[in-house]
Amino acid sequence: MSTLHTVNKSPFERSSLASCLAHVAQGDAVLLIEDGVTGARRGSSFAEALHAKSPVCAIYILAPDLAARGMKAEDVIEGAKFVDYGGFVDLVAEKTRVVAWL
Amino acid sequence: MSEVATAYEVNGIVAQHDEEGYLTDIGQWTPELALLIAKSEHIDMTDEHWEVVNFLRDYYEEYQIAPAVRILVKEMTKKYGKEKGDQKALYALFPYGPAKQACKIAGLPKPTGCV
Amino acid sequence: MSEQPSKKKFLYINRKAPYGTIYALESLEVVLIGAAFEQEVSLAFLDDGVFQLMEGQDTTGVGMKNFSKTYRALGDYEVRKFYVEKESLAERGLSVENLMPVTYEDEDDDYAEKPSIILVDRAEMAKVIAANDVILSF
Repeated sequence: MSTLHTVNKSPFERSSLASCLAHVAQGDAVLLIEDGVTGARRGSSFAEALHAKSPVCAIYILAPDLAARGMKAEDVIEGAKFVDYGGFVDLVAEKTRVVAWL
Repeated sequence: MSEVATAYEVNGIVAQHDEEGYLTDIGQWTPELALLIAKSEHIDMTDEHWEVVNFLRDYYEEYQIAPAVRILVKEMTKKYGKEKGDQKALYALFPYGPAKQACKIAGLPKPTGCV
Repeated sequence: MSEQPSKKKFLYINRKAPYGTIYALESLEVVLIGAAFEQEVSLAFLDDGVFQLMEGQDTTGVGMKNFSKTYRALGDYEVRKFYVEKESLAERGLSVENLMPVTYEDEDDDYAEKPSIILVDRAEMAKVIAANDVILSF
């Protein structure tokens, strides 16, 4: 009975990620897609907040969106998991509901 | 039925409408214009017709939307009693649908979700 | 407990201020269309979404429809729960007194007028989200 939260906007532009992290419940998953992946960059000002949530919920990153922006797996916070489009679909199917943080 | 005119004209005032006959500018509505629109819909306006049209205009003024038919029925019942707040009676007055046809005569935009 | 299994709980999450973008108006239109399908619908207002419920909106100068009046019609459409987040209000220097009153008529209680707005904190909002089946974000 858990929720998949997707964030598709850069946290440097909008409050979507901050708002998302403030509303996650234990066992939820957060998936960063499109410009949302920028928030997961190691050393960025959102890395800590994101990392702090990892005991509460899993953090996923859509790998093609990360690659498109010139970032590699080692550039993002520790513990983040990577999915491709198929993995995205699996997450949606696995969770009870999806909340899109626009 | 193809409609050539894109505007109603009454008492020298020209009011634009869309291809289905809904007024472009609700502010141009007058009771005379309502009679003209009703005529093009083949409706002879009676007191009962006016009750519905006036109700719709009041509702729009208050909420900025035209009510769905079930809301219209419910609210007409509250205001005028069961006899008037009856779906069949409303369709008898406006055969092509009270929301659609009465809204057009009332000068309101086409109701949301009404295709 | 006589709920039909086909009846789902829909939550509309509103996070944008009105007029600057089309999100708020689109949300409202989808709510109105969706209301015809007899599902259980509630609304959530958080972040800039709380601005949608501001009292005294006057759009004459910007030439747009003041659709804030339409929220007050939603009670007729059985949309009677407006969850508003306290922290979002506070962050914006607002309190519930700055919001317009939204009420519905309770037909089970002699048509008494009851408030639709329910103030919740962030933790409660997370629970509201988790208690719904379908989330629509705007």
